Amino acid sequence: MQALISSIDCLHLTIEIGGIPIRVNTADADFLNMLQNRYAGFVGSSERAAVEFNVDLLTPGFVDPDADVRVTQQAGKWALERGDFRAEWEPARRTGTIRQSANPYSIDAVLRIVHTLVLAQEGGFLLHAASAIRNGKAFLFAGVSGAGKTTISRLAPPDATLLTDEISYVRKDVRKDVRKHDLSYVAYGTPFTGELAKLGENVSAPISALYLLAQGPENRIDPVAPGQAVRELLANVLFFAEDQELVQRSFHAACEFVSRVPVSRLTFVPDTRVWEMIG
Amino acid sequence: MSRLYVARNTRVAARNLDGEMMIMSGKDSTLFTLNKTATIIWQSADGATPLDEIVERRICQEYEVDPAAALQDAETLARELAAHGILDVSENPIVSTKLQPVNSQPPKSPAGESR
Repeated sequence: MQALISSIDCLHLTIEIGGIPIRVNTADADFLNMLQNRYAGFVGSSERAAVEFNVDLLTPGFVDPDADVRVTQQAGKWALERGDFRAEWEPARRTGTIRQSANPYSIDAVLRIVHTLVLAQEGGFLLHAASAIRNGKAFLFAGVSGAGKTTISRLAPPDATLLTDEISYVRKDVRKDVRKHDLSYVAYGTPFTGELAKLGENVSAPISALYLLAQGPENRIDPVAPGQAVRELLANVLFFAEDQELVQRSFHAACEFVSRVPVSRLTFVPDTRVWEMIG
Repeated sequence: MSRLYVARNTRVAARNLDGEMMIMSGKDSTLFTLNKTATIIWQSADGATPLDEIVERRICQEYEVDPAAALQDAETLARELAAHGILDVSENPIVSTKLQPVNSQPPKSPAGESR
């Protein structure tokens, strides 16, 4: 009996997105299988998890579909809440708990929020943007719903590697040989999908450009002034925390990004010719 | 008539991007872009210099404006910025050990906090 309990207790999976491994412990084999399928391609090693979550599965109950996300911090512990989940995370101990029913959406939301918090501390962010690698360089295409993220992803040529059609993952280049004045940013593939419902490739590349998407009668690329670039970048950054310090960090991260990565407006006709201008 | 003192609020983040002063409220994430006059007031708002001196020495030197009208406009502007939490306004000098730098930088991340 003891052996059975031990084997149930040790069900776990490490989901590694953006080079940050998050281990999920559960006692439910079906839930684990669901996660393995959902995050196929992003399952990593559990030996060096940055965060470890124990998932307590609850019986599905009434869920308010309009409930807002609340992310607050008190005494070094984050509380993440929405109608369908409640989670806690203590960064200093690298551990947390998630209480939710057995569905993929709740834990997906928790993972997104945790990544936004981790990235905000180090000057990176999640962005409402499609992204792809071409010729070894990553290109980001930002915009709100309907701006063309899915369209530009769908039009990508065969030699482009899609990182995501919905949520781009942006980190500062943390290589030790990168000096501060040479600071660059790296885009990683994510399993966070949009309308294409296709997971991004789990690869990364230095970011060469950020395009702010607009659809129009012709394909063109126009420069964007730094202030406007910061405004539009911030409008597309995923940020949930009610935390003064992190708000300030995110603002500075956006300014830093704009000072280092070319930001332009990409107006395009929805056909494949737009990709002749990219890469 | 009492003098007005202004100080940069410590709960905002500020950056000058290509001559455009951008300020984000840490309280509600609202993003503000200051015009030239507001930028001058922000940059000069050290809590110790009265607003009338800022107007006389900085604004009236730069623009050909009537000093009394400029001061009235500056007071209105300062109170608007205070209402948004960007400036602190007082009839007494504002002593702050944590005055917001004109171009603030994010605080250092506590080692190992999030990784």
